[in-house]
Amino acid sequence: MKPLTTGAGSVQPPTSLADPFDHGNLEDPGPLHESLRAAGPVVHLSRYDTYALARYEQVHAALTDWQRFQSAAGVGLSNFRYEEPWRPPSLLLEADPPRHDAPRRVLSAIVGPRSLHRLRAKWAADAAGLVDRVLGTGDVVDVVPALAEAFPLRVFPGAVGIPADGRENLLPYGDHLFNAFGPPNDLVAAGAGRIAGLSAWVNGQCARDRLAPDGFGAAVWAAADRGDLTHEQAPLVVRSLLSAGVDTTVHGLSAVLYAFATHPDQWERLREQPSLARVAFDEAVRWESPVQTFFRTATTDVRVGGTVIPDGAKILMFLGAANRDPRRWTAPDRFDLSRDPSGHVGFGMGIHQCVGQHIARLEAESLLTALARRVSRIEPAGPVARHHNNTLRAWHSIPVRLHRK
Amino acid sequence: MAETRSLRVTGKEPVADGVVALTLADPGGARLPDWTPGAHIDLILPNGSVRQYSLCGDRWDAYTYTIAVLRETNGRGGSAYIHQDLDLGEAVGLGGPRNNFPLVPAERYLFIAGGIGITPLLPMIAQADLLGADWRLLYGGRRTASLAFGHDLAGYGARVHLRPEDRYGLLDLPGFLAAWQPGTRVYACGPAPLLAAVERACTGFPPHTLRTERFAAALTGPVRSMPFEIELARSKTVLTVPADSSVLDVITAAGADVLSSCRQGVCGTCEIIVLAGEPDHRDSVLDDTERAAGACMFACVSRSRSDRLVIDL
Ligand code: HEM
Repeated sequence: MKPLTTGAGSVQPPTSLADPFDHGNLEDPGPLHESLRAAGPVVHLSRYDTYALARYEQVHAALTDWQRFQSAAGVGLSNFRYEEPWRPPSLLLEADPPRHDAPRRVLSAIVGPRSLHRLRAKWAADAAGLVDRVLGTGDVVDVVPALAEAFPLRVFPGAVGIPADGRENLLPYGDHLFNAFGPPNDLVAAGAGRIAGLSAWVNGQCARDRLAPDGFGAAVWAAADRGDLTHEQAPLVVRSLLSAGVDTTVHGLSAVLYAFATHPDQWERLREQPSLARVAFDEAVRWESPVQTFFRTATTDVRVGGTVIPDGAKILMFLGAANRDPRRWTAPDRFDLSRDPSGHVGFGMGIHQCVGQHIARLEAESLLTALARRVSRIEPAGPVARHHNNTLRAWHSIPVRLHRK
Repeated sequence: MAETRSLRVTGKEPVADGVVALTLADPGGARLPDWTPGAHIDLILPNGSVRQYSLCGDRWDAYTYTIAVLRETNGRGGSAYIHQDLDLGEAVGLGGPRNNFPLVPAERYLFIAGGIGITPLLPMIAQADLLGADWRLLYGGRRTASLAFGHDLAGYGARVHLRPEDRYGLLDLPGFLAAWQPGTRVYACGPAPLLAAVERACTGFPPHTLRTERFAAALTGPVRSMPFEIELARSKTVLTVPADSSVLDVITAAGADVLSSCRQGVCGTCEIIVLAGEPDHRDSVLDDTERAAGACMFACVSRSRSDRLVIDL
């Protein structure tokens, strides 16, 4: 990976008039991604006066270079240098070192790969139970609500330790949060009415006395008791789990289920070799990129290709475009379990790389393994419908016929 | 020895009596793995011996690491080798960085260093200062000339108390710790007798006030530079990992479905379960207990100390 270097002289980058957040591009971002990658290593989006990176090499470099591509000025379009954030910023996602260090260290230990082993058996049983129940309701199901939403809502809030009451609030909260990283368009306006109430509910769940003693949330408070965090930080770190941990996995699971519905040969492979479940999920995260975009802010004049991006400018990283960059991937549009998807940027890369990725993988592995045991074929059964979100590649509905073994 | 992860010595200069600072960089000029103040790296010397050194440079410089090495007269040769034989341009192996001594958030810090124990505290001090925390440093050593980085630290002014023993005698810990108030964290690093004295002086403080790092003598033996074998238990396949390849590359080339992501031993994606054999951990994820247990490893960077590792694949 070549470092992005600063230096004298700057060429004008190609300009695009496109709005990546309009409904046409949210419905099908492929053509926009293709044209941005083709235009050059960096493209100026005149509509938002933002610099777009859509090739793998530059997206990877920007993700890992926290020194020059900061997050603390916001990872959405809004620039916290000049604008007030709509909610108190995340202590992880919207923080730079050194402030990022302690929350990151604490959360990495709590939801790290080693800590999740104790959840394996339970989540496998929960997944088997859910699949049995769904198969009991009939052969044609909409897997978005029935599996992709139901499974994370069943296991994740419980693992954090919040009560069962009101869990349904997590989805619209996350939907608005991920919309709010984009411009203040109709999607943001549509969520604005409910957000105060949803935020109040989510913030209420982060208090110590709301959280079950054996969950991730209580572990965050215990870290504060040890002094690894301050007690003021603890509720915001719990909030990170509740904000970033639900909608992302819902759409990640939808993505892998849609992939299998449309690639029956790959489902066949998974059934023959269920140990491919983890690879399958990461391949779906590469292929669909449930988190499509995040912004950074230049901390200094940064040279990308021949262009100098000025200090303070917003930079839009297209993770979804990087994950299908033919410069990096062979036949990138193919969902293929024989590919090694390692190195995709669907979970980001570098110091902000998704701290919950092991949770997401364990959820997916549990659900896919349970399905592979009982379902021989996932067949499309009607038109699918996307859900538009400024950041997420999201689904509204994926009706399928589940053929039992 | 060909190391799969190596650093090249790009600078070597004396910084105090018996102390050299080394600047290390990736041989190909790539970014080095990120680190946080208090972190150390394992240096794997050409004879296979492993030494741990705190990173004491600037984390905003992603391309170089700085460490400072005290020449230990009764050590086991690692520091003597670095002082005498390790030349500019030479390569050393890398493990980590790992951090057992993180700087936790606080409004006030009291830092206590004995001798070369200053090294992990240097980036902490820079950071505490950057964040506008209220901090003080008490730094002892034999003579002024043996206080590494003493001159730079003096630039911070009255916050820094340089106390060479030949002029001041033993460190006045009670006097320094009298500045303690609720919410102050105390960080200490140095020789065992100093740390014991700091612990005694801090007994009245609330739990978790004091954080220490000792330069443990209990290091493991040399790592191997020879190829080793990996047995995939489920498929009963035996593969050879040459000295210049990673376990991950060898097992994925043989068709194992092991995901990876960062390839720096940081993200934890490429965990594999070890059924037999002794892993040589080079990652930044496992804590000391997990390392000693040896039940899992991260295939992108970790290797083997035994002739064969049996893994659950
Ligand atoms: C398929 C599911 C998921 C996807 C695609 C995903 C994607 C991402 C991405 C791309 C980032 C990087 C953000 C950046 O660089 O600015 C990230 C960060 C993060 N994710 Fe996830 N995520 C998923 C699931 C989860 C889960 C289940 C959790 C909850 C435990 C979670 C919690 C977080 C947090 C707290 C961060 C911020 C980390 C930091 O800034 O240090 N994510 N995620």
